[in-house]
Amino acid sequence: MATSLEINGRRVQVEAAPDTPLLWVLRDEAGLTGSKYGCGVGQCGACTVLADGAPVRSCSLPVSALAGIKITTIEGLGGTHPVQEAWMRLDVPQCGYCQSGQIMSAVALLAGNANPTDADIDAAMDGNICRCGAYQRIRAAIREAAAQSRA
Amino acid sequence: MNAHVDQDAARTGATRRELVVGTALVSGALLVGCGPADLLSVGAKTEVGAFGPFIRIAADGAVTVFNKHIEFGQGTHAGLAAIVAEELDADWSRVSVEQAPANAKLYANTLIGVQGTGGSTAIPNSWMQLRKAGAAARAMFTGAAAAAWKVPEAEITVKDGVVSHTASGKSAGFGELLEAASEIAPPEEPKLKSHADFTLIGTDRVRRKDSRAKSTGEARYTQDVKMEGLLTAVVAHAPRFGAKVSGFDDAEARKVAGVVDVIEIPTGVAVVARSTWAALQGRNALKVTWDESKAEPLGSAEIEAKYAEWAAGKGALPDKLKWETFETRGDAAAGGEGEVFEATYDFPFLAHATMEPMNCVAQVGGQGGTRLTVASQSPTMDQLNTARIAMTLPGSVQIENLFAGGSFGRRANFQSDFVAECVHIAKKVGKGTPVKLVWTREDDMMAGYFRPLTHHRLKVRLDKDGFPAAWTHRVVTQSLMKGSPMAPKGIDSSTVEGAMGSPYLKATPAVDGQVLMPELGIPVLWWRAVGSTHTAFVMEHTIDQLARKAGKDPVAYRLALFEKAGASRHIAVLKLAAEKAGWDKPAPAGVTRGVAVHESFGSVVAQIAEVRIVDGVPKVGRVVSAIDCGTAISPDQIAAQVEGGTCYGLSATLHDEMVVKAGAVERQNFDTYPVLRNSEAPTVETHILPSTNPPSGVGEPGTPVIGPAVANAVLAATGKATFRLPMIRA
Repeated sequence: MATSLEINGRRVQVEAAPDTPLLWVLRDEAGLTGSKYGCGVGQCGACTVLADGAPVRSCSLPVSALAGIKITTIEGLGGTHPVQEAWMRLDVPQCGYCQSGQIMSAVALLAGNANPTDADIDAAMDGNICRCGAYQRIRAAIREAAAQSRA
Repeated sequence: MNAHVDQDAARTGATRRELVVGTALVSGALLVGCGPADLLSVGAKTEVGAFGPFIRIAADGAVTVFNKHIEFGQGTHAGLAAIVAEELDADWSRVSVEQAPANAKLYANTLIGVQGTGGSTAIPNSWMQLRKAGAAARAMFTGAAAAAWKVPEAEITVKDGVVSHTASGKSAGFGELLEAASEIAPPEEPKLKSHADFTLIGTDRVRRKDSRAKSTGEARYTQDVKMEGLLTAVVAHAPRFGAKVSGFDDAEARKVAGVVDVIEIPTGVAVVARSTWAALQGRNALKVTWDESKAEPLGSAEIEAKYAEWAAGKGALPDKLKWETFETRGDAAAGGEGEVFEATYDFPFLAHATMEPMNCVAQVGGQGGTRLTVASQSPTMDQLNTARIAMTLPGSVQIENLFAGGSFGRRANFQSDFVAECVHIAKKVGKGTPVKLVWTREDDMMAGYFRPLTHHRLKVRLDKDGFPAAWTHRVVTQSLMKGSPMAPKGIDSSTVEGAMGSPYLKATPAVDGQVLMPELGIPVLWWRAVGSTHTAFVMEHTIDQLARKAGKDPVAYRLALFEKAGASRHIAVLKLAAEKAGWDKPAPAGVTRGVAVHESFGSVVAQIAEVRIVDGVPKVGRVVSAIDCGTAISPDQIAAQVEGGTCYGLSATLHDEMVVKAGAVERQNFDTYPVLRNSEAPTVETHILPSTNPPSGVGEPGTPVIGPAVANAVLAATGKATFRLPMIRA
């Protein structure tokens, strides 16, 4: 059964069964492998994408729920988003596997809050696990991207 | 020098295309000594030429460094390339990194003898090898320029990839001199720079080369592999360690759209499908019955109780199991005047819980030969285990090595467990069809290969000044090396490293250290920092308790013991950390400090943790670290490893605990296996001790110190010591 999705500003027809989580549609059908599988139960955040600008765990979201909703993945940021630039400047990634999800959560945070406090950052980022422990640089990069955006 | 290269057999995909492009001007550019014959030389001693297999320079002067190690976050890309670029005097901004193919002859770890990454040795084992490679290549350019310009070679300088002769005003880039340089014989012993002449190493210019790819979703991990005709497999695994398939009904599984086959393999039943979701649905529909007659009967609680009994000298030991001595001096059992300290410490099984669950892509039986496309930490081991299953020569197994979404030791496995599983499936599928094995988080957790559950029992008698006079130490833990190709003749030091050889034991007149290594059906493996994950905690937390008994300051007490032991590096890092943390000044209100110092993988780390007790739970704020890791190549990445290692260690201190019940893994995902999250992560300051010694490990030494530093801060705050990890039990 074909489902029509809007991913990164483009309309995409996918063949997946309606209960298929968005993550596997993105990765296996749309060829967008930037969003990662980490836990499959919405616990780690590696699969985070934006649905109408809100961060969602694509591993736990069936495609049938996404009609009319705009999906943005890491690929949709274009590589020049201030959050991505801060990530590169501070060499945030280590293994890098969780970073697409971290970046999407950070993008959503800053879109709604140009000057987040440390507590805001904690609240927005606690759903994204980084086993390499790059947390300190993640926080620093968010602060830097926020300062950059306000400047 | 024969500059011709036919390395196609060793390389794949984009890499191969680039090689062809790179050979347009000069055949193979400056890549030598890597012919097909070498690919069959698995296990041979390393005979790396002056620079051959590591450096390629393109016609436009761009430099590519081949990374023989895996990049799983520890920054080998940056560090190894910087070593080459320094001696070559290359333009750092035009240096890129590619993963080397599997080839045990060319790319062996010089400290291990086979190709593999472990023990925080990527930089240490490559240090001289890559310096020589870079310097030899540089000499070829200066030699070529001297001949072309008819000037003395000694007058030629190289800077940022430009070769110059000041007096004549001549200069040329690497690209322009490439053809002539390729005709020059590389010197056997090229002249290396002195530390004073380094312009790149040790500077903040040495930054990661992969941050763009990893911030855009472009970095390619095993899970991201796409190939024509690729099939995805998931496996129904045994519910308990040691259980085997006794039968299965795949009728419903085969009805799932997209499922193409259901295959029994030694480790379970594989569902092969055209997409990941179809494979997962197929597995849900599969009915497997298990023979559990040989399954592991014990769980964490029984194992812990048994270990405690044995360490206390109660209960009979199983056949053939006996205590082995790791350190002995004097008569530790003799009585004395001073106070006696006794304690036991318990540490649980731990999962590595990498962000990317284990996975692999394998092709068997096609015209392309046996191929793996996988993040391989031990290419030689993976070649051997693959060859055994695919019935081929190990050296003919090709590996395209990818970024790994973490490892922390998990991927360096004597059985190549997940690789072998994938090869079994690919062999049955056959015809060279690429098969991607995907493990869910639950598969990954259930596979075991945990940091072993470990019990320590200590009895320390103090002398009249409050320093240890006699130290009796018992450790019970599974061996990591027993039965492996790397099994040591004597004691498996990986179980007691960090206690064995500790400066505190050196400073103690009488020592009786013994270890008991029982065998269990629960597979165990090295976990970032290995034995030090428990020994550092035991030694450093014990020392703080002894210092309290002696009424001495924990820093001063350690310094006195380090003096007795002649541990000058420990003294230096401890003094540096204490100074930077302001140890001699009062801590901020509501904050207590804890200190710990530990040597692992050739490096010594001191940390001072600032802790607040919030709702009975330690909240770690600032952590001041000092590290002596010899020559610092990338200060920024050393800091990153100390920051990350600290978080990994703090996660195990506060949360991580794998629970096994009757041979079954109870905690299979992050909902029941909590790990450190952003709001709990400290702010780590890293101070690097200046040194011109050869570089030592960085990836692991940051992990084991934070646990005792936090426990010592909690002790200072509450007077209560910590005898069991994690501190917060789920």
